[in-house]
Amino acid sequence: MEILNSQQIDNEIEKLAKEISATNDDIENIAIIGIQTKGVNVAKRLSKKIKDIKKLTKEIPFGILDITLYRDDLQEAGADIPTIKDTDISFDVSNKNIILVDDVLYTGRTIRSALDVLKDLGRPKCIKLAVLVDRGYRELPIQPDYVGLIHHTKSRICVNMGDEISDADRVYVEETAE
Amino acid sequence: MSFNRKDLLGLEHLDKKEIQTIIDSARPFKDMFTRSIKKAPALVGKTVVNLFYEPSTRTRTSFEVASKRLSADVVSIATATSSVVKGESLVDTAKTLEAMKADIIIIRHTLAGTPELLAKNLNASIINAGDGFHEHPTQGLLDLFTMQEKKKKIEGLKVLLVGDILHSRVAKSNIWALTKFGAKVRVVGPPTLIPSRISELGVEVFYNLDEAIKDADVVNILRIQMERQQENLFPSIHEYVELYQVTKERLAKAKPDVLVMHPGPMNRGIEIDSEVADSPAAVINEQVTNGIAVRMSVLYLLAAARNKRKK
Repeated sequence: MEILNSQQIDNEIEKLAKEISATNDDIENIAIIGIQTKGVNVAKRLSKKIKDIKKLTKEIPFGILDITLYRDDLQEAGADIPTIKDTDISFDVSNKNIILVDDVLYTGRTIRSALDVLKDLGRPKCIKLAVLVDRGYRELPIQPDYVGLIHHTKSRICVNMGDEISDADRVYVEETAE
Repeated sequence: MSFNRKDLLGLEHLDKKEIQTIIDSARPFKDMFTRSIKKAPALVGKTVVNLFYEPSTRTRTSFEVASKRLSADVVSIATATSSVVKGESLVDTAKTLEAMKADIIIIRHTLAGTPELLAKNLNASIINAGDGFHEHPTQGLLDLFTMQEKKKKIEGLKVLLVGDILHSRVAKSNIWALTKFGAKVRVVGPPTLIPSRISELGVEVFYNLDEAIKDADVVNILRIQMERQQENLFPSIHEYVELYQVTKERLAKAKPDVLVMHPGPMNRGIEIDSEVADSPAAVINEQVTNGIAVRMSVLYLLAAARNKRKK
């Protein structure tokens, strides 16, 4: 079942960008970090929109973050071996206002792991969380600061989108429950 | 990911995909080394034991650092001060370690096949850190990683292994891995230090370094094991230096962008000229850094495969 089409995805990202721009006075100090793999494209598009809204001349510092080695289910029996992906954060996160971006927020465990990674990279001034879709059913006390669509479901939500808007973009709920 | 092994005993029996998986996973670990906190919690709660029956500084330290960077608990046992001197058998020693809930045992031994013996008798995962003249898989992997990082592609690379091929487990692991990736491997050294049937492994044998080094992309120089000199396998160190030392002049015959590698510890002025060891072509210290990344990758994959099997 489709919950967002291409235009709606763009609208949600636009909404997130406006909110972030309006609530961060110190926009020069923000940095955007997308979580591997699906959070990265959301973060890229968000970053572009914030730059346009705020008419920034410089690129907003951008990084990608992989949580594989920080997962809390690595030691669990029967888990598949997760592929380690790149973490590429070329700026110093210390004293930055970090906007952490993911596509779908669910249990909160990915975000917990991402916070652990960031803690090992430095000491940001603050970390805020932006997500395209909040699917509810949290298992940890983690809430987004900026949220696009709220759609509570126990079924998996799939996000298909690149780093540029395209007619093929869509967000949909898989038919079978997990 | 295509890796589901209990142990890492050698590169002979790994396929190209498995080797590539280890190398690909090592990359993100290397990136981690530039951070202020070079540590991730992937192996929290796991116990890793270094069991070394042969002297070693760099390999043992490298495995220790790799384990610590993955947050495992690591214990190193120097056999000279352990119950081994009281006559305890190898398998009994290892079983004792397993009873202490060691998840991964890293073993180095003078006898070929020792890691396999442990692998068959224990549930713990065994990593071969060098067994006799047989294999030293993590060295082979880090050499391959370094070549792939610098040269992008292994296929078609002309890789020359220089020196004591006979006693070198590093050479054997290099040959197994490199031939699987389509490199053109050459070996060169005194006839007494080259195993008679080595060409069956798909390598080209030379006895003249000046000829062998022509157009080489990589020159991997093996350590002359001074303790072997008593076996009279070559007439004198002086003669070895004359014929087989990699000098600046000889290196000039290789490709202009040749990589010089050495597994260490180096005998400067014997197998390698100091000028070559300190030249920009040498990546010897980088090999050490890469060794930690590759060993982290091996530890991570073995630990993950263990969890998968518990199902």
